[in-house]
Amino acid sequence: MTGHDDHHHHHHDHDHSELSETELRVRALETILTEKGYVDPAALDLLIETYETKVGPRNGARVVARAWADPAYRTRLISDATPAIAELGYAGRQGEHIVALENTPSLHNMVVCTLCSCYPWPVLGLPPVWYKSAPYRSKAVKDPRGVLKDFGFELPAGTDIRVWDSTAEIRYLVLPMRPLGTDGWSEQRLADLVTRDSMIGTGLPKQPHEIA
Amino acid sequence: MDGGQDMGGVWSGQVQPEPNEPAFHAEWERRAFALTLAMAMPGGWNIDMSRFAREDRPPQEYLRLSYYQIWLAGLERLMLERNLVSSDEIEAGKPLHPARPVAKKLTPEGVAGMLHRGGPTEREAARAAYFAPGDRVRARTINPPTHTRLPRYVRGHVGVIERVLGCHVYPDSNARGAGENPQWLYTVTFDGRELWGESGDPGLKVSVDAWEPYLERA
Repeated sequence: MTGHDDHHHHHHDHDHSELSETELRVRALETILTEKGYVDPAALDLLIETYETKVGPRNGARVVARAWADPAYRTRLISDATPAIAELGYAGRQGEHIVALENTPSLHNMVVCTLCSCYPWPVLGLPPVWYKSAPYRSKAVKDPRGVLKDFGFELPAGTDIRVWDSTAEIRYLVLPMRPLGTDGWSEQRLADLVTRDSMIGTGLPKQPHEIA
Repeated sequence: MDGGQDMGGVWSGQVQPEPNEPAFHAEWERRAFALTLAMAMPGGWNIDMSRFAREDRPPQEYLRLSYYQIWLAGLERLMLERNLVSSDEIEAGKPLHPARPVAKKLTPEGVAGMLHRGGPTEREAARAAYFAPGDRVRARTINPPTHTRLPRYVRGHVGVIERVLGCHVYPDSNARGAGENPQWLYTVTFDGRELWGESGDPGLKVSVDAWEPYLERA
C-alpha cells in the first residue's frame, strides 16, 4: 500500500489549507532531523511498515481464537494475559502489561482512554480515529450503551456493562463470547470471526453465516 | 493538568466509526508517527513527558488539532525545550545551527528490538501496598497544573479497590523529570450512579487505574 502512495511529488501551490501546511511542516521537520543526524529515514520507514502491515487486530484475533479453542490457554489468558499473549509472539510497546477481560451473558466489557489514546498495540495495532475522538472519550464512561447504539447494536436488557478507562500503563483486551454454531472449528476459522471492535467492546464477533 | 485532554463524561456527541479504516490517513501522518517514535531515543524524554507536551496547550487548540497534529506539536515542543532544534529552523524548514550531540539514534536494525522491549513501568516495591481488594476509597480532589492521570470525572467520588496492579512509575513525578518515584497502582471501580447521579445507568460500572497518592480511605 505504501509503495503506491508516495505523496512526495504532489503539488501544493494550489492548496494552502491547514492540512497541506502540516504536510509541508512534517516534511521539513524530517529533513532537519535527518540532516542533523538524529533520525535515520530507513528506521522511520520500518516503523511505518511494522504498524501498517505486521502489527494489527489479526494478532488479537489469534489470541481470542486460541482462548476459545483451548480452555487451558483461556485460563492462562484470564489469570495473566501478558505472558499468555507472548506465547503467540506478541509483546512490547504499548502492551507491556495486558489484562484480558472476559465477556459473559451477564457482563459486557468496553475499553476507553479518556485522557489520550492508550490502546494495546501488540494485539490491536494503532487505534482507529473514533477511539481517539472526543465523542468516544467523553461518552464511553457515561453512556456506553449510547456508544453501542452509535455502533449499531444493543445489549440484551439485563446485561451489565463495565467500562475500563486505561489511565495507567495497563492495556486491556476484551475476550468476546464465542459465537454459537462454531463447535469443532479450527483456530484459524474462529479467528476470522473476531473483529477489532469486538476486542475493544464496541462490537461483537461475526456470526458463522457472515463468513461462510 | 485540567486541559482539553481530560474528556471523560464531558460531551455527548455521536461516535463515528469508519468502515475499513486505514492505519494512517495521509503520508504526513505516517511520518509524524514515525518521527515521534524515533526521536524519543536521541531526545531522551519519557512517555509521561510526551503526554504532557501534547496536553499542555489551550483546550481550544487541543480540540482544534487532529490527533497527529497534536503529536507533531508535542514533538516540536520536546525538541525545542532541549535545543535539539530551534524555532527559526522549523520556520525555515532546514537546519541553521549545528546538531546537538545525542547519545543514541534509532537504526533500522534497532527498530524490532526497541518495539519488543517497550517500556515496562512495573518496579520493585519498597513497601507493602496500603490498600487491598475490597477497600472503599475516595479519589482525591486534586487539580495540579502539571501532568496527572487521575481524570476529573472520578475526583471526589468513592469506589472500591478491585485489583492491585503492582508498583508502577508515577507519571506525576516522571513527567516533571523528578524521577520515577514508583507507587502502588490499583484498579478502582465506581458505580455509574456514584459518578453520574440518579439518572446514570444502573447497570454500569467504570474503573480507572489509580496510583496510591490519588486515593484516600473512605
